[in-house]
Amino acid sequence: MRNHTPWWKWLIIAVVIVPGAFYALPNLFGDDPGVQLRGARGARLGTAELDQVQKVLDSSEVKYKSAVLDDRGIRVRFATTDVQLQARDLLESRLASGTTVALTLLPAAPDWLSRVGALPMYLGLDLRGGVHFLLEVDMQSAVRRAEDRYVGDLRSTLREAKIRYQKIGRDGSGGITVVLRDPAVLADAVDEIRKTLPGLVIADAKDNADGALRMRLSDNEIEELSEFALEQNITALRNRVDQLGVAEPVIQRQGDRRIVVQLPGVQDTARAKRILGRTATLEMMMVDEEHSLDAALSGKVAPGSKIFRFRDGRPILLKKRVIYSGENIVDAAASIDTQSGGAIVSIALDAIGARINQKITGKNIGKRMAVLYIESKSTIKTDVNGMSVKDADGRAIRIKQRIEEVITAPVIRDQLGKRFQIEGLDSVNEARDLSLMLRAGSLAAPVEIIEERTVGPSLGQANIDQGFQSVIIGFALVLVFMAIYYRVFGLFANVALALNLVMIVAVLSLLQATLTLPGVAGIVLTVGMAVDANVLIFERIREELRNGNTPQASIHTGYERALSTIVDANLTTLIAAIVLFNFGTGPIKGFAVTLSIGILTSMFTAIVLTRALVNFFFGGRRLKDLAI
Amino acid sequence: MRFFEKITDYDFLGRRHSAMLVSLVLLAISAGSLGVRGLNFGIDFTGGTLVEVSYADAVDPVKVRSVLAEAGIDSAIVQYFGTSKDILIRLPVVAGQASAERSTAVVQALRTPIDEVLAESPEGGLQQCRSMDGELVGDCTVQMRRVEFVGPQVGGELTEKGGLAMLYALIGILIYVAIRFEWRFAIGAVVALVHDVLITLGVFSVLALEFSLPVLAAVLAVIGYSLNDTIVVFDRVRDNFRKMRKGSVVSIMNHSVNQTLPRTVLTSVTTLLVVLTLLLAGGEIIKGFASALLVGVIIGTYSSIFVASPAVLMLGISREDMLPVPKEGVEGDPLP
Repeated sequence: MRNHTPWWKWLIIAVVIVPGAFYALPNLFGDDPGVQLRGARGARLGTAELDQVQKVLDSSEVKYKSAVLDDRGIRVRFATTDVQLQARDLLESRLASGTTVALTLLPAAPDWLSRVGALPMYLGLDLRGGVHFLLEVDMQSAVRRAEDRYVGDLRSTLREAKIRYQKIGRDGSGGITVVLRDPAVLADAVDEIRKTLPGLVIADAKDNADGALRMRLSDNEIEELSEFALEQNITALRNRVDQLGVAEPVIQRQGDRRIVVQLPGVQDTARAKRILGRTATLEMMMVDEEHSLDAALSGKVAPGSKIFRFRDGRPILLKKRVIYSGENIVDAAASIDTQSGGAIVSIALDAIGARINQKITGKNIGKRMAVLYIESKSTIKTDVNGMSVKDADGRAIRIKQRIEEVITAPVIRDQLGKRFQIEGLDSVNEARDLSLMLRAGSLAAPVEIIEERTVGPSLGQANIDQGFQSVIIGFALVLVFMAIYYRVFGLFANVALALNLVMIVAVLSLLQATLTLPGVAGIVLTVGMAVDANVLIFERIREELRNGNTPQASIHTGYERALSTIVDANLTTLIAAIVLFNFGTGPIKGFAVTLSIGILTSMFTAIVLTRALVNFFFGGRRLKDLAI
Repeated sequence: MRFFEKITDYDFLGRRHSAMLVSLVLLAISAGSLGVRGLNFGIDFTGGTLVEVSYADAVDPVKVRSVLAEAGIDSAIVQYFGTSKDILIRLPVVAGQASAERSTAVVQALRTPIDEVLAESPEGGLQQCRSMDGELVGDCTVQMRRVEFVGPQVGGELTEKGGLAMLYALIGILIYVAIRFEWRFAIGAVVALVHDVLITLGVFSVLALEFSLPVLAAVLAVIGYSLNDTIVVFDRVRDNFRKMRKGSVVSIMNHSVNQTLPRTVLTSVTTLLVVLTLLLAGGEIIKGFASALLVGVIIGTYSSIFVASPAVLMLGISREDMLPVPKEGVEGDPLP
């Protein structure tokens, strides 16, 4: 008998291998230092901006390798990091404000490759360096805020319905209580609330005998609220990250109250944390100059006023009414005051803010207006063992902190309008962070960093080097072993193994799946395990030969018999890999991905490819024995 | 080259009772150690902060600890990591502290005494520092290499999720093998896997090696590997039950294990080659992962020979169980 590979099988092999090699190709080129530009708040950049970038660089004789425009923005590549830094500073100063100019590493592969979607593998943060944060949104605080809003709504609803109430307030433990003047109109009140505020669920009537109505937000309402808070936070975080100047940030929701933020290449993690986690805003209030501060300090605070403190601890008496707040701010920029040399933040207000500002400052020239900085923090309460303390429902208890500091309280000299400046900040950095936060919008609910994984670039490079080295050494050892043990057939297996590596790299590049350090370990492991299929086949062939079958028949039966075993064994391993993928976070997922890809590609290379090679070299001949 | 000139004829199944004893002793030690000492869980599971820094020159961990203590960061565990220039600092979760900020505080505390503050640093390059009065000094003496912070709420979830992942993997395998083979084989395979996982965990417990997230991944990979081995043997048993008309169940199983022995040994060799490569050349971070694989591959190879098949035998497998089911309705009942 003869073993022959039909032409269509050769075609399949060609159709798999050739594109595979093509898509693996970009990985052979390294990286160039580059900058990536994106428009303010996600605005698209066009050819006009590209022209401008090129003009700016040309006019200052900054040499660049290429400048490309695509849907991710404009990307410019340079020869060295010095030029890159020079170009970044130049572009930052010349381009429209709000355009983010981020330093990054860009693949050095030729453009025609990337134009057909052939990109190098996407390296995880543990290989390229960068920060990974997992943020948890404090939903209890979002609910509390909503309850506060409902208290206001209830007041107006009952007032309009002419139902008189004694008090309306939020309970400490969650929920709202309304106490009516006259328990007789209880039913009317219930009807009215159900009609106008369907988001509230009123507790059973038997609890309401004392004229008190207890209600809470409906589950539906809480769900919508959480959804909104999460989406709003993601938007705000995206704006903030844009301000940080990161080339390829990843901001994704994870589950129903967590957000993943990945910032490749970021080195200053302290600043990143400060900017992501803070929920800072400003409120403008008038200084209470009619009442004495000393009297207030001794306990007699005038109604409508409250004592606040400057950052250095000095007390000041302010009128509690908020004139306008951070929500009315549309733009903010930090700079240095040329006269005093101090840091300032220039602020632009929206139409409503501007009108209020005009009215209030116009009426109060000569009086003082205070700028109050408010930051709320929330952290999980932990016990002595460091485990989180849970309440009766099993939710983690949070500790709230609210920082209120008066930044400045200047005398109003002129009528102000849409634009004004805040002085009294400690440093340029502080001014920069504050302006960033005012610009990026506030978070709908506080967030807390519950996981951080940062890898510095030196470790990332070491991980790449060691991972690469392990792949090469492991690969070489297996090659030598197989060649010695199975002779010519071992060489066939080695060709298959080498192409298997190419295929894994190609699939990873094509899917743009994240390659992590455990992922590299998965590739190394696959190298060891991928030859298993060939071992199974070759041992079967040896067995058939031992049983006295002809070489050609042995080859045929060996491949045929081993097939179902290989499929069974690989599918069960795949089950384990899939479970791993579903369970895994970041790095573990990377391992599961390379392991799964390796299993699938190895089945192709070890079975189809080696068979074709065996048939090509031995298939058409009359053989006395086999070099196996 | 051949390790096995002809099909061997070792009496593996005949030694199943001694093998069982060995396994039971190993399992007892593992279970005992897991019960008494437990696992040395890494911060992935316990929560806490881990900071790896590298100095320009060799540094004394005792000095690093005192620098941290001066900055008010006590209860830090400071040790070398790989070389005498690399330092690993671990901080437990501390009650009522905003923990995400602590890693930042650690790095700054180490830089402050040598008058360095982080300046802007390009992607892919070393961290650049400037002195307190703003002058650029170039590469930082203390390079932050890695920070891992895991909040208490994440750690607890992970332990639960990890256990569940293993359970799901086992159930999935149980179902697949039960469908492709027979329920006794499915139970035999799962017994062998539980055996492997328990002993691998046992080794980590006895040696007090750190059990981190990558180690858990390795244990799950071991499940895949050991199963691969077991399935190959089972496949041959099924084949032989159908082909060999004479011979007892024990002798057929023995023959099957012997027939697949060259392959079992060979694949273990190639896999161990790459696992040892990972262990020796893969760097510090991958060490735990590679160790788990090393233990798991050895135990997995042992179990596919000495545990899986004996377990199937003890569950009372007979040849009839493996013969193709005669199709119903072929002979009698005409279609209605």
